[in-house]
Amino acid sequence: MAAAHDATPIAAARPAAEGVDPKALHRRIMIGIVVLLALLPLGVYPIFLMKVLCFALFALAFNLLLGFGGLLSFGHAAYFGMAGYVSAYAAKAWGLTPELAIASGTLAATALGLAFGALAIRRQGIYFAMITLALAQMVYFFSLQARFTGGEDGIQGVPRGRLFGLIDLSDDRVLYAVVAVIFTAGMLLIYRVIHSPFGQVLKAIRENEPRAISLGYRVNRYKLAVFVLSATLAGVAGSTKAIVFQLASLTDVHWSMSGEVVLMTLVGGMGTVFGPIVGAFVMIAMESYLAPFGAWVTIIQGCVFVVCVLTFRDGIVGMLGRILRRPL
Amino acid sequence: MADAHRAAAPRDASAPLLAIEGLEGWYGESHVLHGVTFDVRPGEVVTLLGRNGAGKTTTLRAIIGILGKRRGSIVFDGVETIGMPSRLIARLGVGYVPEERGIFASLSVHENLMLPPRVKPGGMSVDDIYALFPNLRERSRSQGTKLSGGEQQMLSIGRILRTGAKLILLDEPTEGLAPVIVQQIGRTLQRLKAEGYTTVLVEQNFRFAQTVADRHFVVEQGRVVDMIPNHDLDANLGKLHAYLGV
Amino acid sequence: MTTIFGVSVQALSGQLLLGLINGSFYAMLSLGLAIIFGLLNVINFAHGALYMMGAFVAWILLNELGLGYWWALLIAPLAVGLFGALLERLLLARLYKLDHLYGLLLTFGLALIIQGLFRQHYGSSGLPYVIPPELSGGQRLPFMFLPNYRAWVVAASLVICLSTWLLIEKTKLGAYLRAATENPTLVGAFGVNVPLLITLTYAFGVGLAALAGVLAAPIYSVNPAMGADIIIVVFAVVVIGGMGSILGSILTGFGLGLVEGLTKVFYPEASSVVIFVIMAVVLLAKPSGLFGRSA
Repeated sequence: MAAAHDATPIAAARPAAEGVDPKALHRRIMIGIVVLLALLPLGVYPIFLMKVLCFALFALAFNLLLGFGGLLSFGHAAYFGMAGYVSAYAAKAWGLTPELAIASGTLAATALGLAFGALAIRRQGIYFAMITLALAQMVYFFSLQARFTGGEDGIQGVPRGRLFGLIDLSDDRVLYAVVAVIFTAGMLLIYRVIHSPFGQVLKAIRENEPRAISLGYRVNRYKLAVFVLSATLAGVAGSTKAIVFQLASLTDVHWSMSGEVVLMTLVGGMGTVFGPIVGAFVMIAMESYLAPFGAWVTIIQGCVFVVCVLTFRDGIVGMLGRILRRPL
Repeated sequence: MADAHRAAAPRDASAPLLAIEGLEGWYGESHVLHGVTFDVRPGEVVTLLGRNGAGKTTTLRAIIGILGKRRGSIVFDGVETIGMPSRLIARLGVGYVPEERGIFASLSVHENLMLPPRVKPGGMSVDDIYALFPNLRERSRSQGTKLSGGEQQMLSIGRILRTGAKLILLDEPTEGLAPVIVQQIGRTLQRLKAEGYTTVLVEQNFRFAQTVADRHFVVEQGRVVDMIPNHDLDANLGKLHAYLGV
Repeated sequence: MTTIFGVSVQALSGQLLLGLINGSFYAMLSLGLAIIFGLLNVINFAHGALYMMGAFVAWILLNELGLGYWWALLIAPLAVGLFGALLERLLLARLYKLDHLYGLLLTFGLALIIQGLFRQHYGSSGLPYVIPPELSGGQRLPFMFLPNYRAWVVAASLVICLSTWLLIEKTKLGAYLRAATENPTLVGAFGVNVPLLITLTYAFGVGLAALAGVLAAPIYSVNPAMGADIIIVVFAVVVIGGMGSILGSILTGFGLGLVEGLTKVFYPEASSVVIFVIMAVVLLAKPSGLFGRSA
């Protein structure tokens, strides 16, 4: 009944079809994504696309931790939102160029991830989720009270500035190109990590932690490393978003933002390579359409959660992968 | 009390109380039982003998209905139980004494004793059980798992006797216990037999089994491969040694 | 005027009382969470939303049906408990064989739905609930003014917590619950209806949350966000206390409420984060929590 021993681990590894090298397929999909990124602005608002890309990178970072590290963080908004604040502050108050502002925000997320990760990995499973959530709530209250975050107003009117002091980013299309490059770099980095020896050890830990320990791996170091990496990449996404929208606000450090990135990953497919991108696109598109309906957005998000958990745990890409018998 | 048990026994005395046929069972994905067939007559004590991993414990778990997946037929007291949840099987009058004894740490000895609900009329009274196992009365307020191994085993058996179960499934009651405790458990089983209880006993120690059982079923690789009546056991020692690999 | 460390005794005792009241809610909520977690292995994220629902049921009873506070104390826990039983049977029960994190995700979704529905219908500004006439007014103590209603909340929640403890530690039903928390399969093999026990346990836990919600209604305004605000703090309380012990949950809840009150007096800026800071310290010193068993 409630006994733990027969529980299938969350985001269990997808069965790989024998004799097929998924990497060739993945390479083709990634080339497809890059081509799509180049073509989409012809028909879709760049602002909308940039929002999707920021959240897709955020979800990819989150999925690195959940789907490949087996760790459910319920407080990823802390790294996303705090990076946004630092990036916005650096650009506005210090007058840093956008790439340096983004780097500052990212660094803040890394530091926060290191501190919180070191605490959270002391417990497992459900406690891990509660701890990350509570720590993120602490960041929220801090952001509400601290002077540099602007409290309820946030940091508004952040200048987009000139990239490397040269390229003016006030044109949406130029900025879109920058965001697309950042996103692609992030995606490639995560892909490399998943398929590196480090990624293999993570997989071993996720599937059987006691065995990984008995094989001599210092499991907590691996967990902390993937946590920090995930927080860092979430920071890249949050910093970039602050520059794009010229705004850093409490919304991005709120617990509902942590929930949203979980939902994007769940909808797209936990533990898949490309699922979070699809999930982010679907959820952002849905929210844009539903924005005029106020509280209904939350209600529908809740329903999507419930339906996904009960009947659609593979997510969109996970199910596609199952149909095609290829790990996507 | 013994009368009550005889009264509750099936009308046709020759019909088995428990009849198992072609029982297959799985632990998760792994297929463990491959067609177990045997039966137990009312008032009889039978043992399941066999090597570690042969499927003895799994067979008991299948009878009480706590195995993940099972197939085949298990008829208890005329009722097919293969599709039933364990709580309904218990309610038919099957009592289970698990291998690890299953004493609850968060319950006192007395609470452990009172935990299983009465499933049939005619179970022993608490006083009877305390008379049978005086140690338990002395320690009735202690935490269940503070008892010695032997006392825990007595508690595990005692709490089933309260429920009025007619069939008792005993999984390795002597494992890891001192000889004097093993003797006490043996005397208890003989007394229960005298009072009309039916018992399926899983045992590694066939010397002990010999002192209480009527028939022995040899389990090998998820099947019952042989039956040895108790009075023929000595004549079949060679064969048995081969089965058990001792 | 008497002062301690430069703080007037009145201000100090006033904040301590507020802390004790918050602690009452922390204790009742973390108690329910711990009982549910023990048997279901689910961290009930919807706990805060169901607490909020309890407060709203009280408000609706009063304003739509004319049934007052004392009726609400009885009806709200039953109504929300029944709703919880349905949630458990229809939704949660499908997840017990999966990773426990799915239960967290499901109840998170439920919390969003419940909270969203109430916000959709009642707005997010908050509705007042008047203190029942029997409990209005207060006592003038030598060092402070003690409002009757606040004294009642602390006393009532103490009684509720201790009765829950007695129910679990001293009754037959409690013995079933404790045993099934340890080994549900074996308890089922004895003929106990464990699925029913699970449903009752969930209903009881969320009923406790709803009861806390009714108690809270006259103190805070009744609003859809009240549950979300408190539940994350309660999670931290649960991490600090560890979920192994019923009395531990109660003590931790009241204790942390008091600490929060003290912080409001001496360093108000930190009062909203002090519990999280304590959680971090406890994780460093004793990761299993103050009353927790290992891992």
